[in-house]
Amino acid sequence: MEPLTSRARAVDRKPMTMWEKMYLPAIAKGMSITFSHMFKKKPTVNYPEKTRPFSPVFRGLHVLNRDEQGRERCTACGLCAVACPAEAITMEGAERLPGEENLYREEKYAAKYEINMLRCIFCGLCEEACPKDAIYLSETFAPANYTRKGFIYGKEELLIPNPVTQPEEFAKAQGGRVRPAGDGNGK
Amino acid sequence: MYLTLLSVDWFLLIEKAVLIAIIISVSLLVAMYETWGERKVAAFMQDRRGPNRAGPGGLFQPLADGLKLFMKEEIIPNSSNRFLFVLGPGLAMLTAMMTSAVVPWSSHFNLFGREISLQIADINIGILYIFGVVSMGVYGIMIGGWASNNKFSLLAAIRGASQIISYELAMGISIIALLMITGSLSLKDIVEQQQRGHYYILLQPLGFLIFLICAFAECNRTPFDLSEAENELNFGYHQEYSSMKLGFYLFAEYVNMFISSAVMATLYWGGYDIPFVNDAAFGQAHGQNLLATLQVVSLFVKIVIFIFFFMWVRWTIPRFRYDQLMRLGWKILIPLAIFNMLVTGFLVLLKQNHWHF
Repeated sequence: MEPLTSRARAVDRKPMTMWEKMYLPAIAKGMSITFSHMFKKKPTVNYPEKTRPFSPVFRGLHVLNRDEQGRERCTACGLCAVACPAEAITMEGAERLPGEENLYREEKYAAKYEINMLRCIFCGLCEEACPKDAIYLSETFAPANYTRKGFIYGKEELLIPNPVTQPEEFAKAQGGRVRPAGDGNGK
Repeated sequence: MYLTLLSVDWFLLIEKAVLIAIIISVSLLVAMYETWGERKVAAFMQDRRGPNRAGPGGLFQPLADGLKLFMKEEIIPNSSNRFLFVLGPGLAMLTAMMTSAVVPWSSHFNLFGREISLQIADINIGILYIFGVVSMGVYGIMIGGWASNNKFSLLAAIRGASQIISYELAMGISIIALLMITGSLSLKDIVEQQQRGHYYILLQPLGFLIFLICAFAECNRTPFDLSEAENELNFGYHQEYSSMKLGFYLFAEYVNMFISSAVMATLYWGGYDIPFVNDAAFGQAHGQNLLATLQVVSLFVKIVIFIFFFMWVRWTIPRFRYDQLMRLGWKILIPLAIFNMLVTGFLVLLKQNHWHF
């Protein structure tokens, strides 16, 4: 049979020589190897204090975006739900009432917006489908939870903090990823 | 007229009691930090970091481990012999601690106008005492395995006991060769002889090697830790144990490691002697108390090196199979030890005859 790698070697069945039978030289060799490993650089990352940088194309938890005046961008058009191959997104639209112009950007908004993180496959198609740049995938991932219910994220989990009233939280939620906060249609 | 018998030297009693308390707590402390050290050494040798969450550098990890063991549910199997089941770990711990009584930890302090020796008991059969106590450690294993009323525990106990008994033979014979040179069984004498002359490792390298290998086997350390092979041999004699009773067994192993390191340092590496320093002259120049303190430090450095060696070997060499273990013990180490004994005896006699046949 053709060997799979160039490193394949036939098993050596020769009886051990006296030197090998003494074991101690082999043990000393092994111990020198383990000792040298004591000073090797450790590949471990001290996780909660230090995190490994995410790749620029990493697709994590979803964020519902706001514009620079802190208004929700989502208009509950449902394109993301249609695009979603895992059918993880559900929403209910509602009409903006007079006096709510500072809350919602357009006349229609999502009264309810839920993503089931257990169904979501983090493909990012919702992000691509969105005409308003209202949803995008961030650099975090869903934390563990005790119940399945806890993985159904509603608006309060998804919505990004208001850039006007909570600028620091907004910047933190945005992460290292630069998103257009303005009109944002120029993809 | 018998009143003189009652005139106990109370100060001596207090002194020894304090010494015993100190040595026991130090042994326990060292054993505690051996568990930490073991995990750190293991981690470093495997390119990991080891415990680093509890306290700086994970230094409180042993406390957390101990607390965990104490908080765990204590299960005593219904079918077990309750008395023996509790006795087992106690005996293992007791024998591990008792050995420390004859180890000379330093020369002596001059405190309160008294000469305070840092040896609990300088008995003239020190080595025999150690062997006697160490062989009692087998009872901890056997009783634990038997009292569990579990076939696997019993098998493991028999395995462990036969291992310890087998290696005790080679250990004893290798010690006989050393005793031929020293002519004394007292550990204090042996250390003082090494202080005057040279370390016995130079005269007994083979004997030391045999003693070292046997010490590994006696302490149930890898590569001889068959009696507690967790994965392939269904744990060991402490399979039915839980909570701190299990902790005692594991702890006894670490205490054993500490004490056997101390014994090895004492017998072959000069004990509390400070290397490359004339201790007596140093004591005259800088005072006995400073000398004694430095001697304790010196002994502990030697012990720590040995403990590190124990761990180093553990994370290098895989476990022996049972037949390999027995073959090494009976067919290699015992003949080697006898050979070493005969050669040593021959040379000692030759020296007494001023190197004439």
